Amino acid sequence: MGMQFGIFTVGDVTTDPTTGRTPTEHERIKATVEIAKHAEEVGLDVFATGEHHNPPFIASAPTTTLAYIGAQTKRIILSTSTTLITTTDPVLIAENYAKLQHLTDGRVDLMMGRGNTGPVYPWFGKDIRQGINLAVENYALLHRLWREDVVDWSGRFRTPLQGFTSTPRPLDGVPPFVWHGSIRSPEIAEQAAYYGDGFFHNHIFWPPSHTQQMVRLYRQRFEHYGHGTADQAIVGLGGQFFMRRNSQDAINEFRPYFDNAPVYGHGPSLEDFMAATPLTVGSPQQVIERTLSFREYVGDYQRQLFLIDHAGLPLKTVLEQLDLYGEILPTLRDEFAKLRKPGTPDAPAHASLVERAGGAKDSTVYAAGDAATGTTDRDLDDPDAASVLEGEL
Amino acid sequence: MSATRIVVVSAGLSVPSSTRLLADMLGEATEHAVRARGEEVEVSYVELRPLAHALADHLLTGFATGELKTAIDQVAHAEGVIAVTPVFSASYSGLFKTFFDVLEVGALDGTPVLVAATAGTARHSLVLEHALRPLFAYLHAVVVPTGVFAASEDFGGAGGQGSGELRKRVDRAAAELAALVSGPGAAPAAPRRRLVEEEFEAPTDFEELLRRASDGPPEY
Repeated sequence: MGMQFGIFTVGDVTTDPTTGRTPTEHERIKATVEIAKHAEEVGLDVFATGEHHNPPFIASAPTTTLAYIGAQTKRIILSTSTTLITTTDPVLIAENYAKLQHLTDGRVDLMMGRGNTGPVYPWFGKDIRQGINLAVENYALLHRLWREDVVDWSGRFRTPLQGFTSTPRPLDGVPPFVWHGSIRSPEIAEQAAYYGDGFFHNHIFWPPSHTQQMVRLYRQRFEHYGHGTADQAIVGLGGQFFMRRNSQDAINEFRPYFDNAPVYGHGPSLEDFMAATPLTVGSPQQVIERTLSFREYVGDYQRQLFLIDHAGLPLKTVLEQLDLYGEILPTLRDEFAKLRKPGTPDAPAHASLVERAGGAKDSTVYAAGDAATGTTDRDLDDPDAASVLEGEL
Repeated sequence: MSATRIVVVSAGLSVPSSTRLLADMLGEATEHAVRARGEEVEVSYVELRPLAHALADHLLTGFATGELKTAIDQVAHAEGVIAVTPVFSASYSGLFKTFFDVLEVGALDGTPVLVAATAGTARHSLVLEHALRPLFAYLHAVVVPTGVFAASEDFGGAGGQGSGELRKRVDRAAAELAALVSGPGAAPAAPRRRLVEEEFEAPTDFEELLRRASDGPPEY
């Protein structure tokens, strides 16, 4: 597949400004599942969920959400937007997403991010001033955990590992594809380039110039590190639209959500924001045209995700947005394909990654005995416990 | 050699304002003082009043648009800054502070800054010492020893005591700023923090980022 289209959510629980009603966590969690399932129904390729550890979000425990959605879908790729590489133990990321990869037969990738909520760092025992350093060191460990069966590790931010095997091993011996997301930290574009991973730009809340300079740096450095030409780097973009058949209807309906949105509400006007950022509120044709223009400043790219379910928009409206997205999807696919330069890599997916790795291989680490697992927390050094365990009682 | 760039930031609200009047005096005096040292100088003025909406938007959206972006770039690339604010409620005005709030971290590292303020009465004169100096110290700027405060009365009658005194302070402050932006003392004593745009132009190699990431005592 040349290019993937999808949606991403941050999982905010926001009051609908037109009704004053705020969904419950339960409603929002269930709505997220409905949205993901409908995304597959209308033909989209990717559903990604964010990760937050505070109200008003329901986006903690992302692999639980993705596994549940994975069990009820057949085709859609499950991804993240983003996975907090700074505050999450890379060992847990390695285990959780490898497990998800097996359960969904490879329909998983991840986007690494640093997170934008200051207190999350201390809540998880980290220091926000080390944000970039945490992202760099933690990912270096994660990268090894998925590629080396037995890892010895010692670093600054987590306790050392001796002879550690992260289980399960990646499906077919191929780790989930990783994107690195950042708005304007060049270090993260550098990181994506160094590993030959994908780079994803949020491309929602900021002017296209931010996106352009990050993608340009990533592409240059991708080539510098010998992963291919700059044009062969793997780029993803976010975006944001609100569509109605008649553009004035779209503007009228979306304006109260825009004006009260948690991120940019009570700031610039909808019109100013549309001019300054990639936000498109209008007819399906306007969304098609704007979307096709993105490649003019980032080059041919592999993944386009839109944010459609935020700022208190009710589920019914979000599902209607998905219907409209599904309607313009064939045009988007055709037009992007026509514009695409020959030699542009396809979007990454498990099957193509397996093929590139020279075929699937069983990556199971078959352990002969179990030298690590004790029988109780007191273990056999305690003679009383030992006597119980050995059947004396 | 290219001209020394001086940017005068003025946060007066009325048009015309006494804050802008003082800003003009300081700008012109600095222009003369730098020229007197045999160097080319280019003084430009950033008036914050027309940027008020854009500044409020920047607080909410995190990015600058249009004229505000130009103003921020000008200040970040200046060799010297003259910062002039009216006194509101015993401190710099909110508009003035907002502009310096949205500058990128490191933008004023080592930059010589002349601080100045205006108010209705001389009773506010210590605002330079208790509000402006700490702000620019935090921003790692080099604040010139003489700050200039002007109460309304200082703009008084030609030849009167007030205006003569103000002129003297303006000239002394300008000469101090000129000495810092030109000549052998102009190089910053400590390396500036790297700006994002510099990182884009010459990215730090990832091996170096990896080394730095793990360079420190264990934090677990």
